[in-house]
Amino acid sequence: MRAPAPDLPLMFENVSLRAGDTLLLRDIDLIIRPGAPTLLVGPNGAGKSTLLRLAMGLVAPTLGAVTWGGSPDPAPRRRAMLFQRPVMLRRSAGANLIYALKHAGVARDVWPARVRDLLERVGLEHVAQRPARKLLGGEQQRLALARALARDPEILLLDEPTANLDPAATRAVEEIVLNAAASGVKILMASHDLGQVRRLAGEVCFLVAGRLHEKAAAEVFFQHPQSPLTQAFLRGDLVMET
Amino acid sequence: MHEGSGAWQLVVSGDPALYAIVRLSLAVSLSAVALAALVGLPLGGALALARFPGRGVLIVIINAFMGLPPVVVGLAVYLLLSRSGPLGDYGLLFTPTAMVIAQAILITPIIAALTRQTVEDLWLEYRDEMNAMGVTPFARLATLLYDARIALVTAMLAGFGRAAAEVGAVMIVGGNIDGFTRTMTTAIALETSKGDLPLAMGLGLVLLAIVLAVNASAWGLRVFAERRIG
Amino acid sequence: MRFFMKLILAATVAFGAAPAQAQDKSIIVASTTSTQDSGLFNYLLPLFKAKTGIDVKVIAQGTGQALDTGRRGDADVVFVHAKSAEEKFMAEGFGVKRFDVMYNDFVLVGPVADPAGVKGGKDIVAALKIIDAKKAPFVSRGDKSGTHLAELALWKDAGLDPAANKESWYREIGQGMGAALNTAKAMGAYVLSDRGTWISFKGKDGLAIAVEGDAKLFNQYGVILVNPAKHPHVKADLGQAFVNYVISPEGQKDIAGYRIEGQQLFFPNAGK
Repeated sequence: MRAPAPDLPLMFENVSLRAGDTLLLRDIDLIIRPGAPTLLVGPNGAGKSTLLRLAMGLVAPTLGAVTWGGSPDPAPRRRAMLFQRPVMLRRSAGANLIYALKHAGVARDVWPARVRDLLERVGLEHVAQRPARKLLGGEQQRLALARALARDPEILLLDEPTANLDPAATRAVEEIVLNAAASGVKILMASHDLGQVRRLAGEVCFLVAGRLHEKAAAEVFFQHPQSPLTQAFLRGDLVMET
Repeated sequence: MHEGSGAWQLVVSGDPALYAIVRLSLAVSLSAVALAALVGLPLGGALALARFPGRGVLIVIINAFMGLPPVVVGLAVYLLLSRSGPLGDYGLLFTPTAMVIAQAILITPIIAALTRQTVEDLWLEYRDEMNAMGVTPFARLATLLYDARIALVTAMLAGFGRAAAEVGAVMIVGGNIDGFTRTMTTAIALETSKGDLPLAMGLGLVLLAIVLAVNASAWGLRVFAERRIG
Repeated sequence: MRFFMKLILAATVAFGAAPAQAQDKSIIVASTTSTQDSGLFNYLLPLFKAKTGIDVKVIAQGTGQALDTGRRGDADVVFVHAKSAEEKFMAEGFGVKRFDVMYNDFVLVGPVADPAGVKGGKDIVAALKIIDAKKAPFVSRGDKSGTHLAELALWKDAGLDPAANKESWYREIGQGMGAALNTAKAMGAYVLSDRGTWISFKGKDGLAIAVEGDAKLFNQYGVILVNPAKHPHVKADLGQAFVNYVISPEGQKDIAGYRIEGQQLFFPNAGK
C-alpha cells in the first residue's frame, strides 16, 4: 500500500522553467488548496500545459520549488493527470484500469469491484473487454479519466481534455469532472474554451506568456476583470505581452 | 520446375530423411530465437530506458554485431566448446545444442538492437503517462516490452530468418553429421559440393518455402492481434 | 555458467532440437570430404551399425582439419588419407595406432576440349609439366587436404612450384573436392580429384578424365583411434570397435563391395 501522505496543498514558490533559451514559465507563485475547480486559461503558448506538467512532477523547475503537501518529493501519491492525448495501453479497457490500480498500490482482491465502479462512473461498462485503442475518441478520454480516478486522487490535473472532442463527448467528460469535484477531488484543469471555463470553474488562473497574470474567483474573473489584458482576453482579442 | 524436381519429389513422397532435416532446422533455429529473445528482449529494452556512461558505445557495438559473420561466430563457439576449449567438458561440440548456441549468439544482437529501437520509440509516447501513474522502472520495462509485443515479433522473425539461412556457423560447430546435425543449409552446401546442383537448388526452394511459411503465420498472427488489441 | 548451460539445454530439448538423453552408443569420426562425398560412409555405416549397434557420426573435413579435430579431442577416430601428416599425428602422441585401410587413386580431370593436350597420358608428372608450359588453368584444393598434399607432392616431382610462384593460371580455392570440381568445370580448368568423388560427382558434363593409372596417383587411407591418454573422454572401446571393423576381413569385404555405376571405388589393403 502507498503511504497516505497528502498531495495538497500544491505550492509553487517563485517557480521559473527554462528550456534552452526560452523561458516557459517565470516567477509563478501559486497555492492550490482543496475546493472548487481551478481552471487555467490563457492563449496558446501561455504555459498552461507546462504548469500542469510541473504540478504533476513530470518536470522539475529551473528556479524555485514545487511542493506537494509540504514535500518536495515528486513521486505521485494522491494525484493523477489526464493528458490531452492520453496513451491507451495496448490491452482491453478493463485491463487499462487494472494497470492503473496495480501501480497505485491498490490491493489485488478489490480490483474487480473497483474496475466495475470506475467503468460505471464514466459510462463505459459495455466496453470493458474491448481493446482500448479501438475505442472512439470520447470513449478513450473517458477511459483515461477513469484510469486517473483509479488512483483515488486528491487532486486531478487535466490538460485540455476535451480539445479534440465533439460537444456530446465534451459534455460527458465535463459531467464526470463535475462529479469528481463534487465528491471532493480538487480539479486543476487547463482550457481555452471560455464557455467550458464558465461551466466548470470555481476559480480562474489567467496565464500570459509564462506569467500568472491574474487569479480570481470565477464570477469575479468574468464580471469584474481587473486588468486591461484580461478584459481584452474576455472580449476575444488576441493578447500577448508587450 | 525442372531444377528442383528431385527435391520436390522428396517432399511429395514424404522422404523421412528430408523431413528429419527440416525438423532439425526448424528446431535449432526456433530454439536459438527463443534463447536470443530471452537475452535480447530485456537487454534491448533496458538499453532503451537506462541512461549510463558508455550507453552510446554499447548501442553502436550491438548494432554492428547485427552483421557478425557467421563463420567467425562458429569458430568462436567451436573453440569454446571443443574438448580442448574452456567448456569442453560438456561435450557439446558437433551436437544440435552447439548449433543452437552459435545461432543464438548470432541473432541476439539483432533482436536486442531492434528491441531497443522499438522500445525507445514507444517510451517517448508512454513516458509522461507512466510517470503520472507512478510506474516503477522495472515495471516500465515489462510494460513497454508487452505493449510492443506485435512489433517485437518482427524483430524475432528477423532473427529467425538470419538463423535459418546461415550455414557458416552451424557447419563448423555442428559438423553436418548425417541424421544428427545436418540442417537445410548444410545439406544444400553438401549437395552443391557433390555437384548435384539441381537437388541443392531444390532444397534451397524448400528452405525458402519454410521461411515463407513461418513469416506468413507470423504475419497472420500480427494482423489478428492488431485487429484484437490495436 | 552451469545455470546458463542448463537453460540452453532446456531450450533445445523443449523445441526438440536435441534428444533429452542422447542415445550414447555413438562415436564421432573425423574424416575427409572424399569419403563422404563419394558416398562410402552412407553405404558402410549402416552395415557397421547393424553389426554393432554403434552410431557413427561423421564430420567430413579436409585431412589437415580432420587430424586437427582429432588433436583437439573432438573426434574419437580419424579416417584420412595423407600418410606423412598421419605419421606426424602419431609422432605427437595423439593417436593410438595407425592402420592402412584401403586405397583409391587420383585422376587428373580436365575439360573435354583438353586445351593442354594431355588427355590419354599415363604419366602425371609429364602432364603437369605440359600444363605449366601451356599455362592451362588449374584448380587446386588449397585446403591442406589429403588430395591437396598429394597434388603438391606431384608438382614437386615435376620440379615445379606454381603455388609459390603465384602463377596466374593456378587457382587455389580452399574448398572441398566437389567444390573444386564445380569450379574446374566453370573455369575450364584441370583439377586433381580422387576417383571416388569423381565417379559419384553429379555434374560431370564438360569434364573428363585426362590422366589416370600412374602409380604416383596411388591414394592410401589410414584409420587412427584418438589417444585416450591425451583425451580421456574419447570412447576408446566403441572407437576401437570401428577401427577393428574397417580393417577386419568382413569390413574389408564390405568396402570392396561399394560400387557406383558398376565401378569399385575403394580397394581394401589392410594388413598388406
